[in-house]
Amino acid sequence: MTTHPPTDLRLPSYPRAGGGVHPPLDSPGYRSTALRAPHQPLVLIPQRLTEITGPLLGPERVTAADADLTRQHAGEPLGERIIVTGRVLDSDGRPIPDTLLEVWQANAAGRYQHKVDQHPAPLDPNFSGVGRCVTDSAGRYRFMTIKPGSYPWGNHHNAWRPAHIHFSMFGRAFTQRLVTQMYFSDDPLFPYDPIFNSIPDPAARERLISRFSIDLTEPDWALAYTWDIVLRGTGATPFEAQDGVR
Amino acid sequence: MSRGLTPSQTVGPFLGMGLPWPDGPFVVAEGTPGAITITGRLTDGAGDPVPDGLIETWQADPAGRFDHPDDPRGVPAGGTGFRAFGRCPTGPDGRYRIITLRPGALPSPDGGTEAPHLDVSVFARGLLDRVVTRIYFADEAAANAADPVLAGIADEDRRATLIATAAAAAAGAEGSYRFDIRLQGAGETVFFDV
Repeated sequence: MTTHPPTDLRLPSYPRAGGGVHPPLDSPGYRSTALRAPHQPLVLIPQRLTEITGPLLGPERVTAADADLTRQHAGEPLGERIIVTGRVLDSDGRPIPDTLLEVWQANAAGRYQHKVDQHPAPLDPNFSGVGRCVTDSAGRYRFMTIKPGSYPWGNHHNAWRPAHIHFSMFGRAFTQRLVTQMYFSDDPLFPYDPIFNSIPDPAARERLISRFSIDLTEPDWALAYTWDIVLRGTGATPFEAQDGVR
Repeated sequence: MSRGLTPSQTVGPFLGMGLPWPDGPFVVAEGTPGAITITGRLTDGAGDPVPDGLIETWQADPAGRFDHPDDPRGVPAGGTGFRAFGRCPTGPDGRYRIITLRPGALPSPDGGTEAPHLDVSVFARGLLDRVVTRIYFADEAAANAADPVLAGIADEDRRATLIATAAAAAAGAEGSYRFDIRLQGAGETVFFDV
């Protein structure tokens, strides 16, 4: 095995998110957390080689057709055609090029193409609701899809999810991995949704809401929504974590 | 300039639509010389299987190298030829399976050596953010004893939740390991803030 003297090992560090950004794992309003959120506190560890590296997944995982969810079948899906576009950045403002994004969503009627989804709304044979793309050299991504519908779920009486698209991002490092949901502005269901409201900081919550853009809207074709995704950056702050110490 | 981070949200119950890949569990092809299999179950606080979860693994290659520009030791000429990343959804019984190569030990910036390990992300309905753990190997006792992360966990029973144990090997496989992940309660797996 080849190793180098430890003095060579100057690693980038990814400062942790401040309080209020990510939802606490134990969020009683979202009932499924009750038996799944760990009870023990997370153990803080310094970032070492395994954490500051990560899978660099890119073009080999996608085809050009994967970014257009409206053209994956013989016919056109029903619903409002939309463009969802933006950039993947780190918190230092640097774009993250050549990184894989994966999305999945309900159809226009609020139904997922998934056997577990029992919502009595129609499936659309022309819509699978799954897409992938890779950011360009400026960190930009772009999907063509159908605006997803809202749908009921069993969390509490009369519970409905605001319309959303699930997004999965890798960035460049294990520390940057993020799976989240993108919402649409002015959704009337925001005040009632325990998943959206599990984010403590209202300003952070707002960062999950895409904005309509008339400039990026394609005339006679599709409305556009923009949404930037910000992953952890490599701030200049040296890490001070020690194993097992919080 | 500093930008506000995008918050995490749960993968929800329909992650199986978007995240699994047919080749996800195969970090290397089955039958690759030296391939090992890691299997286990993801369970909740009641001990019930979690059927709507996803396990992802990230690791060094057998020489302890990463094909990544931020590894200051440099990338071996021609790369490592190793995907190093695994991904497997949990089944109805909460079970997952990753086929990979044993990672090598790693130098640590503080001068020590990290024992062979995989970093693991766990996603599931009911998890508003991923939880992160590590898989170590029971047959690396000496290396484990010197590992700085394991050394930081004082409680022996807790530490044991991070160690994959040898399981009966499938035909033709070099080694088979068992690594269960308990999200909550008795035998709760150690999860890390990275």
